[in-house]
Amino acid sequence: MESNTASNNKSWFGRLSMDGNTLRLLIITVVIFIAFSILLPGKFLSVRNLQSMAVQFPEFGILTFAIMITMLTGGIDLSIVGAANLSAIVAALILTRLGGDGGAGWPLMITAPLAIVTALIVASFCGLFNGFLISKIGITPILATLGTGAIYTGLSFVITGGPAITTTQLEYIGSGAILGVPIPIIIFIFLAIAFVIILRRMSFGFNVYMLGTNPTAALFSGIHSDSILIRTYWIAGLVAGIAGIVFLGRANSAKPDFGSSFILLTVLIAILGGVSYTGGFGTIAGVVLAVLSIQFLSTGLNMLMLELFGNSAAIFFRQFAWGALLLLVMVLNYYTEKRRSRAIVSGG
Amino acid sequence: MAKPCVGYLFSYEIFSKNHQSTYLRSEWEFISMADELLRLNGIYKSFAGVRALQGVDLTIERGKINCLVGENGCGKSTLIKIIAGVYKRDAGEIIINGKEYEDLHPIDAIREGIQVIYQDFSLFPNLTVAENIALNEELANGRRLVSWRNVNRIAKDALAKVEVDIPLKARVEEMSVANKQLIAIAKALRQNAQLIIMDEPTSALTEREVSTLFSVIRRLQKQHGIAFLFVSHKLNEVLEISEKMIVMRNGRVVSSGDRSEYDNARLIFEMTGRRITEKSYDFTPDLNQPPLLRVEGLSAEKVLNDIQFELRRGEIVGVTGLLGSGRTQLALALFGMLPTDNGRVYIDEEEVVITSPQDAIQHGIGYVPEDRLTEGLFLEQSISNNVVVRIIDRLRNSMGLLQTRQVKEQANYWVEALSIKTSDPELPVKTLSGGNQQRVVLAKWLASKPRLMILNGPTVGVDVGSKEELHEMIKHLAGEGMGILLISDDIPELLQTCNRILLMRRGHISEEILPKETNENELSAKLIEE
Repeated sequence: MESNTASNNKSWFGRLSMDGNTLRLLIITVVIFIAFSILLPGKFLSVRNLQSMAVQFPEFGILTFAIMITMLTGGIDLSIVGAANLSAIVAALILTRLGGDGGAGWPLMITAPLAIVTALIVASFCGLFNGFLISKIGITPILATLGTGAIYTGLSFVITGGPAITTTQLEYIGSGAILGVPIPIIIFIFLAIAFVIILRRMSFGFNVYMLGTNPTAALFSGIHSDSILIRTYWIAGLVAGIAGIVFLGRANSAKPDFGSSFILLTVLIAILGGVSYTGGFGTIAGVVLAVLSIQFLSTGLNMLMLELFGNSAAIFFRQFAWGALLLLVMVLNYYTEKRRSRAIVSGG
Repeated sequence: MAKPCVGYLFSYEIFSKNHQSTYLRSEWEFISMADELLRLNGIYKSFAGVRALQGVDLTIERGKINCLVGENGCGKSTLIKIIAGVYKRDAGEIIINGKEYEDLHPIDAIREGIQVIYQDFSLFPNLTVAENIALNEELANGRRLVSWRNVNRIAKDALAKVEVDIPLKARVEEMSVANKQLIAIAKALRQNAQLIIMDEPTSALTEREVSTLFSVIRRLQKQHGIAFLFVSHKLNEVLEISEKMIVMRNGRVVSSGDRSEYDNARLIFEMTGRRITEKSYDFTPDLNQPPLLRVEGLSAEKVLNDIQFELRRGEIVGVTGLLGSGRTQLALALFGMLPTDNGRVYIDEEEVVITSPQDAIQHGIGYVPEDRLTEGLFLEQSISNNVVVRIIDRLRNSMGLLQTRQVKEQANYWVEALSIKTSDPELPVKTLSGGNQQRVVLAKWLASKPRLMILNGPTVGVDVGSKEELHEMIKHLAGEGMGILLISDDIPELLQTCNRILLMRRGHISEEILPKETNENELSAKLIEE
């Protein structure tokens, strides 16, 4: 009994220190933050800058949750930005046709919830369609969602005819705050907690990790892979829809090709956050840290460029820095993993 | 001070006789050059504080077939890698062809004619047979342009030495495992092999292929004087091919000597350090009770033909047959993974339709698949996750959330109940040995309390000691009233564990055999007769 509790304690500490990726990421994030605070005295670490960063990262942060859960099953969802824009456009359409700015004049109390719910239903359908193609038809996720992503974007172009639909009715979601905390960040935190519960405290989440680790063993263990996959892509679609509403609230407009660079960015963040691209491994803590470090790096570089050259050429340099950060973390992981596995090998 | 140092270079016996004379030392070296190919003295090796080798002494003579046996984790693989120069030793001496190596690199080992054929053969699957055999040499000669005539000549020459007929132009990925092995041997011969070390060479071979391999080994030994170090689990094969036995346990060579000094029982004793005697499973089912499983006229296109049998509670029914006899297909059909086109299956006399693993599970059928690494386990996940995967839905509270404490309790319970050797159930399953991994697969199913377990090759690649414990576990489960269908081609296993054996041929059950009415020879003869 005594040895039992001892080993339990050890394993608890063991797990804390074993998730080296998250720890490394935490250190990197803090280092980036401190470095920019020193390099840009009074500018980076200012209330204004913190507030502006706080409303920027939830956009791609929320999308990263969507892509993360599909990556955990060993798949990917390249259609999330398409689904997000389609949902935003549907919401914008409802708001402009039925709402106040030149529409039917329905009160915002009705149009806003109606627009949001409809957008989320559209997003759910997008996700369910992906899940259907992947689980029932058996198309490889990357190809299926590449195709559906194009369809969703195409549909958006058909609906709008090209230009953006502008409406300020959801401005509150984009720039409002509750007790001084911007609403996008509240949504981000809420989703982070929801994902932790789904992935760590629900049997669905458990099965997502198992399926992602070894689909064959999942089959032989009687896991309903199809239903797990459909639910996974449904969640991804739904979360993309939430991101779409945040887009609309922030930009006050919805357009078919908004945020097209977000796809690769979210994949990059997920990998940076320690999500295995072969599936089965990855934590929300890692993803949240990766989102923050990318945001600090982008904003910091932007301000630094402005400081040094008087213009914001950093927009090009930023991508370079993202790539460099990803590679740096990969290399660090490679070396620490190698050292650890060398320590574990005992021969035989 | 100098003399004891010189003496240390000798083996103990020689040292004790001749420690005074440097003249004798060189003479001894001459003798050793003549028949001693490799000598290891007091080899130590640790990984992160875990001692893998604790003073291994070993000699390999020219042109002899040596067998190295030992349980998983005894240090066999580490030893091979040290001989091949892949790992650096912590202490000890390596003397090859009379020359002592301070720091043995893989290239030194190859130059001295030591070739290791690992389980994956290290061949390039996308290249042709000829390219695999000859390209190394062509590259080593520093050619910029490959001379295809040379490549073909070299490959032909090498294959002729092995005396096998393999098409030179075929791609290696199209080859059977047995042929890949022969190609690897041919490649080793081209590199002037004096000693060929083979790591578990027969684990994926059929009986016929094993005997071909053995005749190739014997011929190479006779005609070219090549020594072999054959690492294996399969004791009957070891006893057949070996001239000298080397047994390892816990990082030491515990016993070595001439083949004639060993038999099966002694090998098992030396490997495990204890005597293992298995009793056969004597069980007579109560025929008044309804059968747990009744299969009637089960057929599946081309692979199963009119399968008919019953299985009662407490029975361990063996199913055997050659590869392709339909034994695995029978299991898959009962587990809902192989569509059947005819026949009925009854569980407790109630007809059931099983078209998916979920159906099978619902009727209380569990299946331990043939290939535990790809089908049975989530290797990178923790032991705990693997154990609870089947019962995770039952570990939720009223709000539908997982109860982490119960998950942990279940995992700990099964780790203890099946004595899975691990320091922490949160470690990945891949850190376990084969036998312990198989226990995890068993635990996964037992946790969900099935009525019928189908075990397909449950002890493949498992150590002797562990194997016996698994057999006891299976008998114990049957004793508690579970029905067990044991699919295996391990004849001693079938005879010791089952109360009945069904022999399959071409998708049909051709015979039912009672273990007490037969013996190993008779059963293996029946197995291969057409």
